[in-house]
Amino acid sequence: MTLSRRHFLTRSAAIGCSAAASPLLTPVSFASAPWDTRLVVIILRGGMDALDMLQPYGDVNYAGLRTTLAGGPENGGLDLDGFYALHRGLAPLMPLWNRQDLGFVQAVSTPYRNRRSHFDGQDLLEAGTSGLGEVGDGWLNRMLQQMGGVENHTAFAIGQGEMKLLHGTARVSDWSPDAALNLSPQATLLAKLMMQNDPLFHAALAEALDLSQGSSMMQGQPESEGGMEEMTMPLPGRGKSHLKIAEFAAEKLREETRVAAFSINGWDTHSNQSRGVGTAFQRLSDTILALRDGVGAAIWGKTAIMAMTEFGRTARENGTRGTDHGTGGAMLLAGGAIAGGRVHGRWPGLAEADLFDRRDLMPTADVRSQAAWIMKGLIGVNRAQLEQVVFPGLDMGDDPGLLL
Amino acid sequence: MFTPALAEIRFGCGLSPDLMPKGATEEILQRLAGPDHMAATYPIDDFDSLWPQIVAFNALGRKRRKARGSDAYDDLHDQYKIMRREARFKRVGWFGQIILRHSQTEDGFRERLALFWGDHFTAQGKAGLAKLLGASYVDTAIRPHVSGSFADLLISAVTHPLMLHYLDQYKSIGPNSRAAQKSDRPTGLNENLAREVMELHTLGVDGPYTQQDVRQLAELFTGLSFRWKSGFKYNPNMAEPGPETVLGKGYGGDPAQLEEIHAVLDDLAVHPATADHIARKLVVHFVSDTPDPALVDHVAARFRETRGDLAQVYAALLEHPAAWGPELRNVKPPLDFIASACRALAVHPAHLKQVDPRKLARGLITPMVLMGQPWERSNGPDGWPEEDEAWITPQGLAARMRWAMLAPRQLVNRLPSPEKFVEISLGDYADGPVRFAASAAETQAEAIGLVLCSPAFQRR
Repeated sequence: MTLSRRHFLTRSAAIGCSAAASPLLTPVSFASAPWDTRLVVIILRGGMDALDMLQPYGDVNYAGLRTTLAGGPENGGLDLDGFYALHRGLAPLMPLWNRQDLGFVQAVSTPYRNRRSHFDGQDLLEAGTSGLGEVGDGWLNRMLQQMGGVENHTAFAIGQGEMKLLHGTARVSDWSPDAALNLSPQATLLAKLMMQNDPLFHAALAEALDLSQGSSMMQGQPESEGGMEEMTMPLPGRGKSHLKIAEFAAEKLREETRVAAFSINGWDTHSNQSRGVGTAFQRLSDTILALRDGVGAAIWGKTAIMAMTEFGRTARENGTRGTDHGTGGAMLLAGGAIAGGRVHGRWPGLAEADLFDRRDLMPTADVRSQAAWIMKGLIGVNRAQLEQVVFPGLDMGDDPGLLL
Repeated sequence: MFTPALAEIRFGCGLSPDLMPKGATEEILQRLAGPDHMAATYPIDDFDSLWPQIVAFNALGRKRRKARGSDAYDDLHDQYKIMRREARFKRVGWFGQIILRHSQTEDGFRERLALFWGDHFTAQGKAGLAKLLGASYVDTAIRPHVSGSFADLLISAVTHPLMLHYLDQYKSIGPNSRAAQKSDRPTGLNENLAREVMELHTLGVDGPYTQQDVRQLAELFTGLSFRWKSGFKYNPNMAEPGPETVLGKGYGGDPAQLEEIHAVLDDLAVHPATADHIARKLVVHFVSDTPDPALVDHVAARFRETRGDLAQVYAALLEHPAAWGPELRNVKPPLDFIASACRALAVHPAHLKQVDPRKLARGLITPMVLMGQPWERSNGPDGWPEEDEAWITPQGLAARMRWAMLAPRQLVNRLPSPEKFVEISLGDYADGPVRFAASAAETQAEAIGLVLCSPAFQRR
C-alpha cells in the first residue's frame, strides 16, 4: 500500500463534511452532475460461476466437466446464440436479451492469480490495481474524482456492506434501506431539538429522516395515518433486501444520482450449487428488472449496469455437486446504453490445456478494461485518466464495443 | 478541568448508577498498575488454549473435503457445522464479557486502552475458525502489555500468529533461503507486515523510512511463522541469508536468529518518530480529532524520556490541562456507545449470561453492522477511523437511534425513570433540551432512547 493510503478521507467523513449540503439546510439542487448517463455497478460477492450463468454447451469439452450442473438447452438452459445457453434462473431477463438490453462478457478477470481468496480477490476487484495493497481507495471513486462536479447525491453506495470501490475523496452518499428510521412524530421533534446545537448530529439526522421517508414511500406504505411502520432493531435485512436496494437505487437514479453501487452476495457455491445459484440468479434478475422498472424508459435508455465478481469457479464440478474458487469469470451487462443481445469476449476453450492451471476458465481479458471502456463511452472519462489514475497501469487495449 | 465524572466519561467507560466516579488521576493510574480484576472476573479464552480446537476443526474440514461425493459426507458436514456454530457462540460470549467488563469496572481506563491498542494492532482472521479469534488475540497478546513498555507490546502483537496470518508474513520466504531453494512452487518476499510495522505500528506514515527500509525489514522478518497445530514458530529455513540494514543500522546475519527481529522491533519502538506517532494517536483517540499540539508534544516528550514506558506516557496525558477541556468532543465508536449504554443501564451480569447467544448477537453485535463498525471486521490493518464524521453518518446515526429505542427493554428487566436516567447517564452534561426530551417523550422506551441518542451521551 502506498503512502497516500491514510491521506484520503473516508467516504463517510466526506458525507459528514457536507453538513451544509444537507437537503434540509439548503435548497436541493437537482441534475447538477456534469453528465447525464447512469452507471450501476453490482458486485457479485463470493465468486460467480461463469460457466453456469453462460453455459458453453457448444464447446465439446463442456459436457465432460459438468454432471449435476450440466447445462445447455437440453438441461433447461435458454439458448442464446447456438453456443451459449443462459441459466434458467435468469429466464426473466430473456426479454431484455431479445431487446438487446442484456449482454455478457465471457472469460474476464482481475489480475488476481493463484491465491483464490475472497478477501483478497474482492479487495483487488474494488481497488482496481494490478496488485494488492497499492492504494487505499476504490476505482469508482477515482473515476468520480476525475470527473469533478460531484455533489451530495451524485454517487450512492447502497446496502449494509462496505463498497470499497467507492471509497475515496470524492463525495459518496451512503445509505441502506435497512437503516430506515421510523421514529414517532414526537420522537422526531424531540431528537431534532436535542441535536439542534450539534451541527454534525443535526445534519446526519436531517438526512437520515429524508432518506428514510423516501424508502418508506417507495415501499408503497401510506404516509403516517397515525400508525407508522413499527420500528425494528437495526439488523441487516434478509431475503428481499436486494429488491429494496434496487428500488431505492432506481428512485435516486431518477433524480440527481449518476452512479450507484451495491452488492449481491451468495455466489460461493461449493456444494449443491444448483440450489444455491438458483436463488442468487433470481436475486440478480429481480434486481435488474426492478432497476429497469424503477428508473423508467427514458433513463433506462441511458443506463449501463455492470455486474462483476472477484473470480470465477473451477471448470470441473467437484465432489459435492458444486464448484471451487477459480480464475476466469463473466460479467453481466444490462441497460439501454449497452450493446446487448450478444456475448462479448474471446472464448478460451475448455480443453485441459486451455484451462488456467489446468482447472479454471482461462481469462482472456481484464475485467478492468471492460469497465474502463464503459466509463469512457458512457461518461466521457478520457483514456489517459482511465489508464493512469482510475486503473493505474492498465492497458485498455482495443474497444470491445460494449456500448451502443 | 479534571472532575471524576469527566474522567469516567472521557478516559473510562462512562457513568454508571452503581459505580460512583471517584479519585484523582493518580488513582486511575494506580488501578491500572494493579491487578486486572475484570479479565479475571469475566474471562476470555487464552489464545494458546484454542490451538487444539483449531486443529480439530481443520482436521474435520479436511476429512469432510475428502469425503466429498461419498455417503460419509453429510454426517461430517453436520459435525463441521456444529463445531463452527459452537465456535461462533463462544465468540458471542466473548463479546458479552467485554460488555460486562465495561459495565462493571472501576478501572475503565484499562478497558479503553485494550480497545485502543487492539485497534492499533488490528489483526483479523481471514478464513475458517481464524475469523473468530480476534477477542482472544487482544486478550492474550495486547491486554497484558497495555501499561508496560511499548516495545514489549509491539513484539507481542507483531509476532503473534494472528498478525502473521493477517498480514501474510507466514507466506514470506527469503528468495535465497533454504526453503525457497527446495520449493518447486513460486515463493518470495511479502512486504505487508514490514510495511505496516513502520507505517502503522511505529514510525507513522510520515516517518523517516524509505522503500529500501521496508524491503530490508521484510527480509529480516522472513522466518516469522506459525503452525495451526502449535502456534508461533520461528523457521530459519525461510529466512533470507545475510545481514540487513534498517534505518541505517545493521541486523541479522547468519545463522538467522529471532533475537535480531526482536532487536529491530526494540529499536523501532523507541524511535523519536514512534514517540510522536503514538503520542498523537493517543491524544486524537482520547481527547480530540484536532488535538492541542502542546498536549501531543508533552506526551511525546514523556515517551522519549522513558523509552516508551506506557504508564508514564499515560501519566503525561492525564496530567496535562489540555486533556480536561470541559466540552465533550469525540464521538464514541459503536462498540463504546453500546458498552457505555449497558453501563448506564446497569445491565446485570446474570441477565446477560442467561441470554441465548443468537439473541445476544442480534441484540448487541449485529446492530453494529449498520452503525458502521461490524465487530472485529475493520476494513484494513489501520483499524477503525477516529473522525467523528465517520460515525455520525445518516445511516450510522439512524442505526444508533433505533438500537437506543429498542435494545434497552431487552437488556434490563425494568427501565429506569427517564428523569433519573438523564442524571445517571449524563451527570452535569445534561442540558435543557435533553431534560425536556426525556420528560416529553411519549413512552419510557423512547425517553431512554432519546437520552442515549443525545450528543452529550454520544460524545466524550
